[in-house]
Amino acid sequence: MFEQSISTLAQKLRNKDISSVELTHLFLNRIAEIDPQLNSYITVSEQHALEQAAAADILIQSGKGTNLTGIPVAHKDLFCTQGTLTTCGSKMLSSFIPPYESTVTSRIQQSGAVMLGKTNMDEFAMGSSNENSFYGAVKNPWNLNTVPGGSSGGSAAAIAAGLAVAATGTDTGGSIRQPASFCGITGLKPTYGRVSRFGMIAYASSLDQAGPMAKSAEDCAHLMQAMSGFDEKDSTSSETPTDDYLTNINTPLTGLKIGLPKEYFGDGLDADVADVIMAAVKEFEKLGATVKEISLPNLQLSIPSYYVIAPSEASSNLSRFDGVRFGHRCDDPKDLLDMYTRSRAEGFGTEVQKRIMVGTYALSEGYYDAYYLKAQKIRRLIKEDFVKALSEVDVIMGPVAPTTAFSLGSKTSDPVAMYLEDIYTLSVNLAGIPAMSVPAGFVDGMPVGLQVMGNYFAEAKLLNVAHQYQQHTDWHLQSPAMTKGAKA
Amino acid sequence: MNWEVVIGLEIHTQLSTKSKLFSGAAVGFGAEPNTQTTLVDLGMPGALPVLNKEALRMAVMFGHAIDAEIGMTSVFARKNYFYPDLPKGYQTSQMDHPIVGIGHLDVTLEDGTTSRIGITRAHLEEDAGKSLHEDFQGMTGIDLNRSSTPLLEIVSEPDIRSAKEAVAYVKMIHSIVTYLGICDGNMAEGSMRCDVNISLRPKGQTEYGTRTEIKNVNSFRFIEKAIYTEIERQADILEDGGRIIQETRLYDPEKNETRSMRSKEDANDYRYFPCPDLLPIVLTQDYVDEIKASLPELPSQKAERFQSEHRLSEYDAHVLSSSRAMADYFEAANTIAKDAKLTANWVMGELSKLLNQEQLDIQNTPVKANSFGELVARIKDNTINGKTAKDVLQAMWEGEGSADKIIEAKGLKQVTDTDAIESMIQTILDANANQVQQYRSSDEDKQKKMIGFFVGQVMKASQGKANPGIVNPILAKMLKG
Amino acid sequence: MSIDKQDVQKIAHLARLALTEEGADQYQHSLSSVLALVEQMQSVNTDGVEPLSNPLEMTQRLRDDIVTEENRRDAFLANAPQTEAGLFLVPKVID
Repeated sequence: MFEQSISTLAQKLRNKDISSVELTHLFLNRIAEIDPQLNSYITVSEQHALEQAAAADILIQSGKGTNLTGIPVAHKDLFCTQGTLTTCGSKMLSSFIPPYESTVTSRIQQSGAVMLGKTNMDEFAMGSSNENSFYGAVKNPWNLNTVPGGSSGGSAAAIAAGLAVAATGTDTGGSIRQPASFCGITGLKPTYGRVSRFGMIAYASSLDQAGPMAKSAEDCAHLMQAMSGFDEKDSTSSETPTDDYLTNINTPLTGLKIGLPKEYFGDGLDADVADVIMAAVKEFEKLGATVKEISLPNLQLSIPSYYVIAPSEASSNLSRFDGVRFGHRCDDPKDLLDMYTRSRAEGFGTEVQKRIMVGTYALSEGYYDAYYLKAQKIRRLIKEDFVKALSEVDVIMGPVAPTTAFSLGSKTSDPVAMYLEDIYTLSVNLAGIPAMSVPAGFVDGMPVGLQVMGNYFAEAKLLNVAHQYQQHTDWHLQSPAMTKGAKA
Repeated sequence: MNWEVVIGLEIHTQLSTKSKLFSGAAVGFGAEPNTQTTLVDLGMPGALPVLNKEALRMAVMFGHAIDAEIGMTSVFARKNYFYPDLPKGYQTSQMDHPIVGIGHLDVTLEDGTTSRIGITRAHLEEDAGKSLHEDFQGMTGIDLNRSSTPLLEIVSEPDIRSAKEAVAYVKMIHSIVTYLGICDGNMAEGSMRCDVNISLRPKGQTEYGTRTEIKNVNSFRFIEKAIYTEIERQADILEDGGRIIQETRLYDPEKNETRSMRSKEDANDYRYFPCPDLLPIVLTQDYVDEIKASLPELPSQKAERFQSEHRLSEYDAHVLSSSRAMADYFEAANTIAKDAKLTANWVMGELSKLLNQEQLDIQNTPVKANSFGELVARIKDNTINGKTAKDVLQAMWEGEGSADKIIEAKGLKQVTDTDAIESMIQTILDANANQVQQYRSSDEDKQKKMIGFFVGQVMKASQGKANPGIVNPILAKMLKG
Repeated sequence: MSIDKQDVQKIAHLARLALTEEGADQYQHSLSSVLALVEQMQSVNTDGVEPLSNPLEMTQRLRDDIVTEENRRDAFLANAPQTEAGLFLVPKVID
């Protein structure tokens, strides 16, 4: 039951082989049994889930509902959910219960899906290992001594361990793709503006994008169908009509032009990971695709550009956490300044404070041109690289991360080493194009994700490419050993 | 030393939209605290702004009214600073690319001189909330109803050289924004607030002296007084060989002095950058032209029309057109009175006097324009004379009814019947035979002086109802004998 | 580019973050290493390149001027650390 696809489960629900309440119970029990080892959930909303499941059962009985009706899913804990604790992985919001609902969770709720709970994450989505959570690190179900990746590490680990059928994540610099890669699941970061940011707690507004995470591309397509599309509450939401993400998912890949950027296969890429990626590319060739080498010359610059733009925006976005209207306030402030500085220093973790400081510095008088403006110019160069490449090929492929999941604690002391982990993912956010992580094999028992990047609004194409690959491979169907003995 | 005063003004005008600049919450003065707020105005996590169409249109209207360059691409930026009434920790404003660029305004002073004041820019921004300093267990209360209310900040060049000129400029801006209907102009409620930048320099020097900024001065009178006291303060310091510190100051109307605002001294670095939650606003030429074409008549245009169409003097035209409400009142009254000069005199004279006495705006006068026009018409057709008209206006003011009703009820109609006047005069001449004798034996100059006595007697006898225009020639003829 | 402790203190103040002596040392070290990373950008010639602030380069959409929100004060105040009489309370603000 925990490894089945959304369409199989939807069929079973419609056939009354199982009710949504039963299915939800199964998942809740499994969370109770397995999650203490993983720490993938911050909040399990049991009662709420069972109420939604009961409502879904009525909807299914009346012959209404969508493929998602009655399906248990989880949400990254930065989507505001009305009446349910929303922490963003931070002490700052450890008692924040929003009186409003994000557009993403609201749309998924309207489709009839059941929310099991809120998943763990790096605080304010800042991190690549999920070790920066006030609620503790998340463990990778494939090896409990390694990280699940971040910042959507809770969502990725939960799906890999069968603790949710699908989940939402957000990706500012790789936060959907990298944990998907580390945990052996499928994740899609859509085009910037494709999914509404309303009610999603911001990290870096011009880079943040929500997307689906699930076992397969097809399941991602189901979730994408519900969550994407124009939202008048978000000025940066695109009015470009959405595609039907399932209609063309079976289109054969004959003639597909794949570009392999040489910069993605240079120094720093683990040789075994490279082998897995090249094997996946070979598989595509068998499916009728052609491959050519391309160049994205400014790839290296994506790291400095990103680590100026993201912290700058974050430093401003996180100013609202001031202890006045919501969030943590220190005890007995002696004056206003004391309230601000102590509430924020106590409420935010080290990495968040560090990025706020970097961003504050980059925007400050005398440095703006050298840092922020320069980074924005480089951002254009990076975008132009992609535009040029994507005029020659249909999709670009490469690794998601230089290695498989690394050991817990191995990079926490050196922030810059951690930042370099994001080399293959950051440029996609700077350019705003869509990209996926697709399970493509294993190195020493740890999953490796293939990154598939496409043109603006080409989500349907990416899902089609990934789905065709998954029709011919079974990497995405593998389950970690730890879940095998589970009773539930 | 002979000092030259250099003044630049930043005027925040609250745009009269129904909803806020970036949210669908209502805008209004005096609501219960925090009842006109939504996610965006409270800076809740995940809240996002969407720009109000009407606020943008109003800003463009103002740009046209001051002949400014319209920013065809304008950008919102974040001005970052912490303050409890600033919920997001930044104010969404415009920095490098404002909606309104360089423009100008011609300002006429009371002595008739006109000077051109440059306007650097006008930009859209959101207002902050309010801090209430009443004592809440020794704490400050924050009301965010005003948060995200649309403001147009109008920034002048340092072209102003006196307090009087500053006030004339602010009045002009006030009259433009109220004419355009983009601001209610209610300064007492903070719909228009001024920051005044002042510096002094020795006459003849070209570089500017160090300036101070007086924040939030909110009446014409206080602007003038604040400038005078600040000029005096700066001159005293400079003449003692001291230096002016660049700082923000507050005007205290009770003590009539400015004092330093230390809390704002905190070396601010606002870290402006383009707001990533909002996109560049790109206007089309059609949109801009359409707004220009639909602009209402502006004060200066109205003043010219009053001169050409109603033959008013430049001064009268200027005074009447300075407020849209007064201009509208004048025109409405005149359609009934049909004598522009007479109507203008009565609006600017007796009516304004009563309004001043009662400290009322013309919008709130108890005598409506058409009733006032009827009164003027009765003066014009000689039903009553000017002196009686003042009493009638007073009665109208006190709600005793229309001019005609009051004239009728009190029997104030002028006597215009020639026979009646002749017989009244005859009675007076008979009763004052000595004076008549004296008159007839005097020379012309003396006679001119003496005739007032007889007119006075006639008015007394008629209880002021005799029409002087009819009395005078008859009296002159009968005195001749 | 390295930054000194005074810079760290100034930035922390601007960002309203309380800083311990020990924290200042750590931040000085980690900020310097991030800034060194970021310094790579200076080697690239970006003359004549327009800065890109939004990947889609869309323009601002406008909202009709209508009141769409009703008063939900109690729901919003529920998350506040301290309130009274419908107001958010903060330590005394001195102008």
